[in-house]
Amino acid sequence: MLTILFDGIAYGMLLFILAVGLAVTMGLMNFINLAHGAFAMVGGYITVLLMQRVGVPFLVCLPLAFLGAALLGGLLERALYRPLYHKPHLDQVLFSIGLTFMAVASADYFIGSTQQIVQLPEWLKGRTELGEGAWMLGMGHYRLFIIAVCAALTVGLQYILAKTRFGSRLRASVDDQRVAAGLGINVNVVFLSTFAVGSGLAGLGGALGAEVLGLDPTFPLKFMIYFLIVVAVGGTSSITGPLLAALLLGIADVAGKYYIPKLGAFIVYCLMIAILIWRPQGLFVRQGGKS
Amino acid sequence: MNKRMFLTAAVLAVATFTALPALAQGNTFKIGLILPMTGQQASTGRQIEAAARLYMAQNGDTVAGKKIELIVKDDTSVPDVTKRMAQELVVNDKVNVLAGFGITPSALATAPIATQSKTPQVVMAAATSSITEASPYIVRTSFTLPQASVALADWAPRNGIKKVVTLVSDYGPGIDAEKYFKERLIFNGGQVTEALRVPLRNPDFAPFLQKVRDLKPDALFVFVPSGAGAAVMKQFLERGMDKAGIKLIGTGDVTDDDQLNDMGDGALGVVTSHHYSTAHPSPANKKFVEAFQKANKGMRPNFMAVGGYDGMRVIYEALRATKGQGGGDALLAAMKGQIFESPRGPMFIDAQTRDVVQNIYLRKVEKKDGQLYNVEFDVIKDVKDPGKAK
Repeated sequence: MLTILFDGIAYGMLLFILAVGLAVTMGLMNFINLAHGAFAMVGGYITVLLMQRVGVPFLVCLPLAFLGAALLGGLLERALYRPLYHKPHLDQVLFSIGLTFMAVASADYFIGSTQQIVQLPEWLKGRTELGEGAWMLGMGHYRLFIIAVCAALTVGLQYILAKTRFGSRLRASVDDQRVAAGLGINVNVVFLSTFAVGSGLAGLGGALGAEVLGLDPTFPLKFMIYFLIVVAVGGTSSITGPLLAALLLGIADVAGKYYIPKLGAFIVYCLMIAILIWRPQGLFVRQGGKS
Repeated sequence: MNKRMFLTAAVLAVATFTALPALAQGNTFKIGLILPMTGQQASTGRQIEAAARLYMAQNGDTVAGKKIELIVKDDTSVPDVTKRMAQELVVNDKVNVLAGFGITPSALATAPIATQSKTPQVVMAAATSSITEASPYIVRTSFTLPQASVALADWAPRNGIKKVVTLVSDYGPGIDAEKYFKERLIFNGGQVTEALRVPLRNPDFAPFLQKVRDLKPDALFVFVPSGAGAAVMKQFLERGMDKAGIKLIGTGDVTDDDQLNDMGDGALGVVTSHHYSTAHPSPANKKFVEAFQKANKGMRPNFMAVGGYDGMRVIYEALRATKGQGGGDALLAAMKGQIFESPRGPMFIDAQTRDVVQNIYLRKVEKKDGQLYNVEFDVIKDVKDPGKAK
């Protein structure tokens, strides 16, 4: 029981880190970036290749994955995304899905299409068990590590958004770009840095997830649906929304596969349909913002 | 050289070049090899192509006065693409034999084309039992999943494994593996307490494995496509299931020789049943592995490679037997009933079912010279595909 809950939380946390960047870009820039998973894949490959070919330790790889994906995100934002901000949504979707396919094909070409295998350090491989019987809690150390990292990141993000000047600028830009710009906020810089950080987080999620979710060139396509579900269910206007949505989905997915293995893969979708019928705008909608 | 001479020369040159293919048509024997060279199953394609090229390098490219030409096409494991390519190969390239086929749906999609054009279709990888029944022109040189899983179900109860949970990917071969393993295990007095099917595109095995752990069987029988085997194995260990007294058993796909070394020491002791291991102790296999690794920068041949290698042999021998004359039907007749010593051990093509009959080995993962190998410790001789017994 508790073990299932624990695994679900770990899975949900991972989904959250992977998808939070997408939620922010969608809420902030009103831009549907289907290529978000590609940044996650980049982070994953940075980690795997550095570990396999150069022998960099796992813990050093994680920040590098973040930086690599963030840098790439920043570059692409400036070069490719910015001209598309004021294009219709269809153009944006077509552009970003095209980018996804290019990422898939180039990963296939340069790295090869086999599943990549991550060798974790010894201290992350173990498992701790508490309690007995039905209430036994078995925690894989790596999953514990994921939860810790993701929780820390969530707190950090929440702090930045709620308490810092950058956060208030960001929120102002989300609410109304033109007024924010009129007040002297450099919206372009806010966009650029947010996009880069969002991509970086995706990269970090990809790096952390390579062990649990697997990593191959089709990663961006395989998980695109999950990201979109998290964002659709959670709403795009805050961090708490996607966080709760991701946790809910993670737990529902794991529990569904455990208790009703035959239906397992569909639980997530049923849940999404139910929630969206109940609250079409997502779980959390902030009043007053420009939709 | 004056203008006129130059012109004549040019005309002559063009004439020769256009005439060449026409001439060659009569003297070449074309093999259309359709494989997944990109996508998830790319390792299958790489292995089979390398093996086919190795066979040609070792045995020359001329048989019975015909020059063998290998046309490799990438179908990316999408059945529609396989079908289109097979069509193009038959209609435009006029191939004499279709070969390859990484996954079951690809092989099935091509079957009608083989039947209509009377072109032999040599299946070198796909392992669902029913494939050979899809067309009378299909010959298989890989293996069938029932073959491998039945052997394991014979072995398990004799070694104290009575209660088993099965975990298979939810598609043709997975369901085959589950069905035949279960039937045979129950026949042998064992018991399958739960049969789990995981979606083919499953991101996380954790909940399924947790379920298995809570069911506390003697062993977990696994069939997943070769890439996913490593993930199952790692999560199996991460969950401490080996310490909880659960053994991991499966068909050889789980400990694919191509990936085994990357799986790490956690794979040690895993028992699988399969028709080929790189470590098969026979002179024929030693020669094969050595030549293969030499030609491919040390890449280890796996069961896919041996399927491709033997497939080429079957085609070569059929061509030799028909002396380069005769069409698809004659070739097919010459393929049926071939008996030979393959790197995997003795095998033959059953004339009735056109399917492969071979030894199935039980192997355990062990470390030799710092590398992981599937070391064979028992053998069940001449296993026919149990799927054709009815």
